[in-house]
Amino acid sequence: MTENYTALYEQHKKAGASFTDFGGWQMPLKYDSELAEHHAIRNAAGLFDLSHMGEIWVAGPDAGAFLDYALAGKLSAIAVGKAKYSLICDADGGIIDDLITYRLRAAADGTAKYLVVPNAGNATKVAAALAERAAKFDVAVEDVSAETSLIAVQGPNAEEILLQLVPAGQHSLVTELKYYAAVEVRITVDGAVQTLLLARTGYTGEDGFEIYVPNDDAPGLWEALLQAGEGHGLVPAGLACRDSLRLEAGMPLYGNELTRQVNAYAAGLGPVVSLAKESDFVGKEALAAIKAAGVGSTVGQKLVGLKGTGRRAARGHYPVLKDGMLVGEVTSGQPSPTLGYPVAMAYVDVEHSEVGTVLDVDLRGKAEPFEVVALPFYKRSK
Amino acid sequence: MSKVVSELKYSAEHEWVAADGAGPVGIGISAVAADALGDIVYVDLPEVGSTVTAGETCGEVESTKSVSDLYAPVTGEVTEINDGVVADPALINSDPYGAGWLFKVAVTDEGPLMSAEEYAAANGGEL
Repeated sequence: MTENYTALYEQHKKAGASFTDFGGWQMPLKYDSELAEHHAIRNAAGLFDLSHMGEIWVAGPDAGAFLDYALAGKLSAIAVGKAKYSLICDADGGIIDDLITYRLRAAADGTAKYLVVPNAGNATKVAAALAERAAKFDVAVEDVSAETSLIAVQGPNAEEILLQLVPAGQHSLVTELKYYAAVEVRITVDGAVQTLLLARTGYTGEDGFEIYVPNDDAPGLWEALLQAGEGHGLVPAGLACRDSLRLEAGMPLYGNELTRQVNAYAAGLGPVVSLAKESDFVGKEALAAIKAAGVGSTVGQKLVGLKGTGRRAARGHYPVLKDGMLVGEVTSGQPSPTLGYPVAMAYVDVEHSEVGTVLDVDLRGKAEPFEVVALPFYKRSK
Repeated sequence: MSKVVSELKYSAEHEWVAADGAGPVGIGISAVAADALGDIVYVDLPEVGSTVTAGETCGEVESTKSVSDLYAPVTGEVTEINDGVVADPALINSDPYGAGWLFKVAVTDEGPLMSAEEYAAANGGEL
């Protein structure tokens, strides 16, 4: 596999990061203690390099209709400046990726313009699938992942940190930016003003901003944000704490909870699929049949949250048992740093999926009780 | 770089053994291993009075990210376990050669152990 480095690799090295391979990218795993980074984001703020994520522009007269066909949601219905979480599925309903799509200001000619953000490991596959699905539409699909960096500031102090880089006249753009929305703002870095795309989709369970920036501008912005965060508890944060944060927030991770082998209904993402939209879309027939069969509600397995009663954590691929019989499998699990007990997500047979059900997880040969609980495990107090 | 203490001996599985042989010897895991595991949140140690066998598993070390087997670097009877580290496993990260020690063994036989120099050379530690 090719080794990719983000534009911020030198910044990470300087900050003492240890690295890990993620989707072919050398990404910071942690800088010092992943627990300290986790708590910093719950209580103050953390700075993430998410440049390994993909960025694909979709523009043209048919952009909305094309995305309605290519993805499972009704993307043409997104208001300008808003974002929507969606899935790109195979014809059989399997999930190719979960992704966020932003609708941005119209192009100069008045045609619609969208930014699709797939996961790092899937970016190439998604770009290829979109290009293929675009054949019958008047639309331009442009994969700019290689030129684009993504920096995220997450945590309760994210807004006040960001405001320090935004001219006073534009503060309201930031403070009034809603959840799952995006806006272009001017940010001052080293005295120079850059216009950047700022989004607020916080994948950590906290308030948070994501900033899309050309690679060349990323190191300067990273340094400026770190400086702005001094005195506000901002720390650089790696993938280790990103994973524990998103697990606490009950958000599925592609490769763990979501794969081509699962479908939206089993994954609890039924509401993301718009069977009602007028147009055909890839996977529609299969997904309609899966829903009609009751997958994830009356038959098959569904994704649930599990709370451990002991101290030992369940981990991905551990068997889930009921009275010694195999009824499911853990997809992600670890001790929750915020809650102080082990949490996990697992696919279990629907008849054992009710909240309050006590199941066992086979922890390397020893069965330990876990209780089915509602997701997310952690929800911030507003 | 992670510290390697020159007075100790080391197993290939990253346990350290207090080198002086008079009485039960202290055992822990190296800073190299503690750093690689990440923040340690749970440790399962052998019971006092049980016998551990060099090269065989005798417990578990669990970090936020993963769980690893703990191997006995020596054979003998466990005479004491560190209750402090059971209550606060983070001691393994903060002080792996001191307050983060794991258990003591009255040694009857040693497994294959390395000197600090050999261990550091093999694992990238710093003496």
